[in-house]
Amino acid sequence: MISICFYFQVHQPFRLKRDYSFFDIGVNHFYEDEDSNRAILNKVSEKCYIPMNRLLLELINKYNDRFKVAFSLSGIAIDQFQKYNPEVLTLFKELADTGCVEFINETYYHSLAFLFSKSNFKRQILKHKQLMKELFKQNPKTFRNTELIYNNELAHFIEAMGYTTILAEGADHILGWRSPNFLYQPSGCYKLNLLLKNYKLSDDIAFRFSNRGWEEFPLTAEKYASWLYSVAGNGEIINLFMDYETFGEHQWQDTGIFDFFKQLPEEIFKHPDFQFINPGQAHEYYTPVAQIDVPYFVSWADIERDLTAWLGNPLQNSSIEAVYALEKKVMNTGDQDLIDVWHKLLTSDHFYYMCTKWFSDGDVHKYFNPYETPYDAYIVYMNVLNDLHETILQRQKAKKKQSRKKA
Amino acid sequence: MKVLMFGWEFPPFISGGLGMACYGITRGLINNDVDIRLVLPTKRGIYSESQIEIVAADEVELSEHYRSLLESTYSFKTGKELLEHTISPYYTQSSAVEFFNKYQHLMTQQEGAHGNSVMAFSGNYGKDLMNEVFRYSVIGEYLGSLKDFDIIHAHDWVSILAGVAAKRISGKPLILHIHATEYDRSGENINQNVSNIEKFGMEHADKIVAVSYYTKNTIVSHYGIDPHKIVVVHNAVEKQKQIERFGIKKNLLDKYVLFLGRVTMQKGPDYFIEAANLVLKKLKNVRFIMAGSGDMMPKLISRAASLKITDKFHFTGFLNRVEVEKMYAMSDLYVMPSVSEPFGITAFEALLYDVPIILSKQSGVSEVLKDAIKVDFWDVEKLASVIINFLQDQKLAKEIVDKCKNELKNIHWNNAGNKLKNLYHAISFSHN
Repeated sequence: MISICFYFQVHQPFRLKRDYSFFDIGVNHFYEDEDSNRAILNKVSEKCYIPMNRLLLELINKYNDRFKVAFSLSGIAIDQFQKYNPEVLTLFKELADTGCVEFINETYYHSLAFLFSKSNFKRQILKHKQLMKELFKQNPKTFRNTELIYNNELAHFIEAMGYTTILAEGADHILGWRSPNFLYQPSGCYKLNLLLKNYKLSDDIAFRFSNRGWEEFPLTAEKYASWLYSVAGNGEIINLFMDYETFGEHQWQDTGIFDFFKQLPEEIFKHPDFQFINPGQAHEYYTPVAQIDVPYFVSWADIERDLTAWLGNPLQNSSIEAVYALEKKVMNTGDQDLIDVWHKLLTSDHFYYMCTKWFSDGDVHKYFNPYETPYDAYIVYMNVLNDLHETILQRQKAKKKQSRKKA
Repeated sequence: MKVLMFGWEFPPFISGGLGMACYGITRGLINNDVDIRLVLPTKRGIYSESQIEIVAADEVELSEHYRSLLESTYSFKTGKELLEHTISPYYTQSSAVEFFNKYQHLMTQQEGAHGNSVMAFSGNYGKDLMNEVFRYSVIGEYLGSLKDFDIIHAHDWVSILAGVAAKRISGKPLILHIHATEYDRSGENINQNVSNIEKFGMEHADKIVAVSYYTKNTIVSHYGIDPHKIVVVHNAVEKQKQIERFGIKKNLLDKYVLFLGRVTMQKGPDYFIEAANLVLKKLKNVRFIMAGSGDMMPKLISRAASLKITDKFHFTGFLNRVEVEKMYAMSDLYVMPSVSEPFGITAFEALLYDVPIILSKQSGVSEVLKDAIKVDFWDVEKLASVIINFLQDQKLAKEIVDKCKNELKNIHWNNAGNKLKNLYHAISFSHN
């Protein structure tokens, strides 16, 4: 049997107030742009999360549990569903109840913590794991890191935490001549299984579906299924990983994306050797064919498939170093509100907005960027961070005063 | 005595010193009983000024006949010769966008109120600047043809074509007031079209007013103008209202060192950052603030980020007038590290808020503030050590403020107005 493994990423950052200025530092401690966060969440819920969740429920019912998908929901996306649109969460819970949907573990704040603080990284994973248990009654055994950022060291860390499966980008430079359509094992691991994204087939849906300049346009479910069939004989598992917002938000409803997806399972089931599975089931069907050595970080972003969407220019480097430098001070306050506010500043999107490479990926960056320029993003972020720092310093002073009084 | 005056900026639409200087000059002239008809590209959103007759170029209605007549006239032809390319020496995307966003509401508010206008003027320094300058000259010629004035007074290159056109058709004398030259704005990478217009204006003017000896020197050395044709009239500052720091609370406890102005090469913001970096290595409780925007912002933000000083070095972006005043009031030291500063009116403004100042030697304002501390813009180490001195020595800071404010007592727009009035009389007399 050849397995189709769908995994969808759901994430929404807490965006900062774009007009948070120097004059706000030390005075205004409310950083979130609540209006636009609510508006964006509700818009995307309307266009994507709600209709697509309903469609998935319909498909699972229709195919009697033979249809399966997996999700990774960032913790802060869930926070926003609870805050602004609980209906979406109810639908996700219904999906969990079908038993056909796996919820994958990730960092709660969709952060790059692994690169800067291992202890915080672990903390965020456990917080997210707890949330998965509470909401969906699942104990995650599969992990995916923010934006599929991955290397050997991360795999070892995750294996040590007891996971059985990890996801990564099937980038050409890590696969070499190999195909992404097999189960692999991270180099040096003995229990952990590695699923690599088939970026070509994934991007055919996520990026090219509505591109009229594409030679395969228009993409039908029948045509797409025929491409999947062609893997038969030289692959075992086809990993289709993409942003969930592909459906209805990146590819609008009028492109026919929903009809395409509704039709897809039927086309795939026409071939008797094809089935759907969840990432966590892969090792029950297959054994890893080889170990993959990834000494350097890979991700699923941009053509480079590296970290340069979030790190590398002085704006990104100085701001991310500055925010992680506060970790100890923040944790020492013991103030849950401050700790939460600080964690929200770790979200990778903040650094993505500061990206200055505007080449072929510039369009994508621009689409997701609430700021006019990466420099604006940096200024606002640093103003906010400076205010948070100032708040912590004030707390420390007040504490010292108090303890002196007591003495 | 009636003056036909061509300006460009007027508060609150100001991107540099020209608007504030123009405002002060008109006040000084009114107090000297001079009648002014001030022509501006547009009236939209500007402070109303009951004592001045303001003519908005975008509200002047020309008949079809006069329009076609104008097309064949001199100003059009010369304009075309001079303006081979549409260019924009002030234009930077970031500042234009910020400026527009801030004032969009003001600009759109009154739209429709002048649907009959013949020409659309923004009065900004946008992409269409050269075309606007050119159209402005047509209006200049029309207003000149009315001949109901004694003298023409034009400010900076943007209004030169209008001033010369008015002079040609009316036969009245022209005074050209230079607040900044293309060499001040762009260093050696000048826009040739703009400097051509400047030279053209300087040659056609009957007299040139320079805002400083520094500027007079630039006009002589770069444009080959006879020094005897140039009169220096220093800028001043509005002092009527007593400025109170009271009521404005600093948002943070540290000392603030301020840079305020366009963030462009000639203002020396890069030297400010380098000096800040040196100071921050020695002093803890100090923050540096760069207020303003301009084409050097991306480079400077990257530089500050690379130096990892953005926990103590802040960028505010473009500030409106209220925010500017707040910024002065919160500051403990004002630094003007200009590479080339024809005048530098902001030094006066800082003093009004009792903020001690450090001036670049390459500035016009240092000619009148003799007691201010001056450094060469390129001497970053010296600048840093002077900043440290000021921040550590309260007595010195106060002493400098007091001395400079004492000098400021004699610097008044009424005096500048009086000088200009005398100049008007001398020229009309010799002209008749």
